[in-house]
Amino acid sequence: MDTISTDVVIIGAGGAGLRAAIALAETDPTLRIALISKVYPMRSHTCAAEGGAAGVIKSDDSFDLHFDDTVGGGDWLSDQDCVEYFIHEAPKELLQLEHWGCPWNREADGSVAVRPFGGMKKKRTWFAADKSGFHILHTLFQTSLQFPSIIRYDEYYALDLLVDDGRCQGVTALEMRSGELRQFHAKSVIIAGGGAGRMFPFSTNGAIKTGDGMAMAYRAGAPLKDMEFVQYHPTGLPNTGSLLTEACRGEGGILVNKNGRRFLQDYGMGPETPVGKPQLKTMELGPRDRVSQSIWHEIQKGNAVSTPWGECVLLDMRHLGEKYIDERLPLVRELCASYLQVDIVKDPVPIRPVVHYMMGGISTNTKAATPIPGLFAAGECACVSLNGANRLGSNSLVELLVFGRRAALSAIEHMQGLPAANTAALNARAEQTQVRIRELFSRTGGTESMSGLRKEMMDTMEKNAGIYRTEEGLQEGVSKIHELRQRYGKVILTDKSNVFNTDLFQMLELGSMLDCAEAVIVGALARKESRGAHQRLDYVDRDDKKFLCHTMVHYQGLDVPRVDYLDVVITKSPPGVRDYSGDHK
Amino acid sequence: MTQLKQIRVQLEVLRYNPDTDTEAHFQHYDLTCPEEWVVLDALNKVKADIDPTLNFRWSCHMAVCGSCGMMINGEPKLSCHSFVRDYEGTVIRVEPLAHFPIERDLVTAPDDFMEKLKRVKPYIIRKDKKPISEGEYKQTPAQLMKFRQYSMCINCMLCYAACPEYGLTPDFIGPAALTMAHRYNQDSRDCGRAERQEVVATHEGVWECTFVGACSEVCPAHVDPASALQQMKITSSIDWIVEHLIPGGKSAGDTVSREKAGDIK
Repeated sequence: MDTISTDVVIIGAGGAGLRAAIALAETDPTLRIALISKVYPMRSHTCAAEGGAAGVIKSDDSFDLHFDDTVGGGDWLSDQDCVEYFIHEAPKELLQLEHWGCPWNREADGSVAVRPFGGMKKKRTWFAADKSGFHILHTLFQTSLQFPSIIRYDEYYALDLLVDDGRCQGVTALEMRSGELRQFHAKSVIIAGGGAGRMFPFSTNGAIKTGDGMAMAYRAGAPLKDMEFVQYHPTGLPNTGSLLTEACRGEGGILVNKNGRRFLQDYGMGPETPVGKPQLKTMELGPRDRVSQSIWHEIQKGNAVSTPWGECVLLDMRHLGEKYIDERLPLVRELCASYLQVDIVKDPVPIRPVVHYMMGGISTNTKAATPIPGLFAAGECACVSLNGANRLGSNSLVELLVFGRRAALSAIEHMQGLPAANTAALNARAEQTQVRIRELFSRTGGTESMSGLRKEMMDTMEKNAGIYRTEEGLQEGVSKIHELRQRYGKVILTDKSNVFNTDLFQMLELGSMLDCAEAVIVGALARKESRGAHQRLDYVDRDDKKFLCHTMVHYQGLDVPRVDYLDVVITKSPPGVRDYSGDHK
Repeated sequence: MTQLKQIRVQLEVLRYNPDTDTEAHFQHYDLTCPEEWVVLDALNKVKADIDPTLNFRWSCHMAVCGSCGMMINGEPKLSCHSFVRDYEGTVIRVEPLAHFPIERDLVTAPDDFMEKLKRVKPYIIRKDKKPISEGEYKQTPAQLMKFRQYSMCINCMLCYAACPEYGLTPDFIGPAALTMAHRYNQDSRDCGRAERQEVVATHEGVWECTFVGACSEVCPAHVDPASALQQMKITSSIDWIVEHLIPGGKSAGDTVSREKAGDIK
C-alpha cells in the first residue's frame, strides 16, 4: 500500500474543507496539505445551498440580535460561547469571500445587499441570487487553485482514520479510478465530509450526503452529538425533493392550505401580515421547525391539497411578479418549471416538508476540535453546537466558513511539538482497512440485496423518526435499524471490479448511513421531550430540567450504542419562550 | 389522488470496463417508469433493480453540481435534466461525454479540463489587497451584471463535448475555462487580465475558437460561452493594436486593470 506523508489531511472538499485548506495554505505556505474528496470539489453539496449566508453588516443590525435569533431559533440547545464566537467571525468571513470574488448581490451604492430570512429579526442574509451556496463553493474552489501547497486527491473515498498513541494521525482512502488503497499519514486530520440526509427517502440532499465523515469519526471513538435533531425544510418540491429556498418566503411568497388560508397564523406565528410585505420573524418568516410542523398539522386536519406525490400545501409567489422573480429567484422558477411543470409566475406550487440538514454530527468544541487529539471537524458533519435544536436558514453557509477556518488554525496549533509517528503502528492500522475491503470482495453466500436494505433503512427513518415521533415508533425503529446493521454484514457485492466500482462505494455509503441512522434514532428515543426539530407526540413540552443537554452517542461495534449527555453552555441567555407572533404580543 | 402516467423506457447504454473489456459495447435495458422521470432516474432504477454493475456519476439531481453530463442520443446533456417523456417511443442511447477518455461505463476522466481551468487563473488577482477590516470592495449592480452570467458555469463540461474544435485540437483551452477567465477579467475587483492574456490570447486560447456556437447551445446554465469568447477576441485584438500600432502604447490589459483599481478605492 502506498503511503502519502503530509502535514494535514482534509477529508471533504466542499465549503468547509476548501475554507480549511485555504486557511492552512495562507497561514503557513510550507505546510503540506492533502485535500481528499470522493467527488471533484465543485460537485460537493455546498453547491445546492440557495438562499444565502447570515452576517451582521448593516447599521440597523447588531451582534446581540444575531445571537438572540440563533439561540432562540435553536430552542436554547446552542452552546452560547460558540454562538458568540460565530456571530463575530461571520461578517469577516463573508467579507473575505467578497474579496475573493464571490458575486454577492449589491445595493445601488455598490455595498453588499441583504435579504430577510426565517427566524431572523433583521435582514442580514447575504445572497448571490438564489445560488448562494453554488457561488460560495466555486469561489472557494477557484481561489484554492492559486495555492501550490494544496494537493488535491479528487475521487478518493476515505475509509478509516488512523488513530495511534491516542492521536489521530491519518486516514486510509481508495483511489476510485484504480481501486488502489492508499494511506495518508499526517499530524492533524480535519473532517469536512457533510451531512447524512440520504438516510431518509425524501431529502434535498444530493446522493453523496451519506455521512461517511461522521461514521468514520464515530467508529474511531469520537461521539456523535445531538443526532436526533434532523431539520425538515418546509418547502421541497413534492416529487424530487428539490429545495425551494426559504428566500421564496423571504422575498414575499406565502403558504396557503387548500382553502387559501394562510394557516401559519393558526400555529402561533400570526397575526396575518399583508401579502407581499413579509414581516421579519413571523408568519412565513418563522423558523423552519415551526413551519414544517405546522404543515404536518394541516395535513392531519385534512386541509392539504392531494397530489400524485402525497399531501401538500401551496407556496404562492404570483404576486411577486415575473421581473422580481427572475431577478431574485431564477433557479426556483426553473426548478418548478422543469421538474413539476408549474410556472410560479402564473400558479402556486405544491410543496411538502423535506429532510434538509442534520443539526447533529461529530462532537466538536468552539475550536472545531473533537475529543480525539489531532482530529478536527467542521461543516455539517460536525456538531459544534451553533445550531442547537433547529438551525436558522443562512447560518450554515457561514458556519462552514467560520469553523472551516477555525479547524485549520487548531490543526496548526496541534502540530507543535508532537512526538514522531510510530509508522509501523499506523501501517498495521491501515492494514485493517485492507482486510475489511478484501472481505467485502470475497464474501459469498449472502442473500441480502444492497438496494433492498437501503430502502428498508430509508422507510424506517421516515416512518419512525420523521417530523413527529412517539415512544412506540422509535422503539420499533431502533430495533429495525439494529437488525439492518446486522444484516448489512451479509450483503453481497455484485461488482467485483477495481475500476470506479460504484457498487462498492454505495455499499460503503450504506454502512456509513446505517451507523448514523442508529445514532439519530437512539438519541431520539432517549430524549423524552420536544425541542426544536425533535418533536414527540408523547412528550409535547420542552423539559429543561432533564434535557437542557447534548445527546452524546458512542459507537459500540455491532451492539446498540451507548448514550450519555453533556451540559449546554449558557453564558447570558437563560432558556425562554420562542416567540414568533410578530407584533401580536 | 391522481396517478402519474407510466411509460416504457428503453435504454441503450455504453458499457466499458478496462479490467475486462477489449472494447466498448452497448447494453439494452427495458423498464417502465413515471413519465415525469429524468434519464438519471431511469439509470438509478437500472442500478438498484436490474444491474448493480452499471456505473455513472450523479449527486444533486437539480442541475447544479455538474456531475451527470452524458451523451443522450448523441447530444451532451445533464441526465438529471433530460426528461424521459421527451424520448417516448424511441430508444434512448446513453454514452459517456464525448472528447474525454472513458474511465468506466459512463464515467469519463475530466483531468484535462481540471488542468485547463487552473491555467486560466480563475481567481481575483490584485496588486494591492485591502484588509478585511476596511469592508467590501464596492461593486454596483451594473458592474456585477458585466460578469455574473459568466460566473454561473457549473463545470459540467457539456460544452467541451459539444465543441468540434476541442475534438480536433485537444490543446484548445476550451469554452468553460476561457469563459472563466473572461468572468474574472470582467470583474471590477480584478487586476489580473494581463496575466491571463498569456494563456488566453494564444492559439490554444481564444484564437482557436471558430465560433461554431455549439457550446452555448448545450450549456445547461445559460452561460453562453460563445459570447464570452467573442468578447475576448475583440479585446485581445484591441490590445494588439494598442501595443503594435500606437507609439508608446501599453497593453490594454494593464490599462484596464489600473482603471478598475481606481474604480473601487
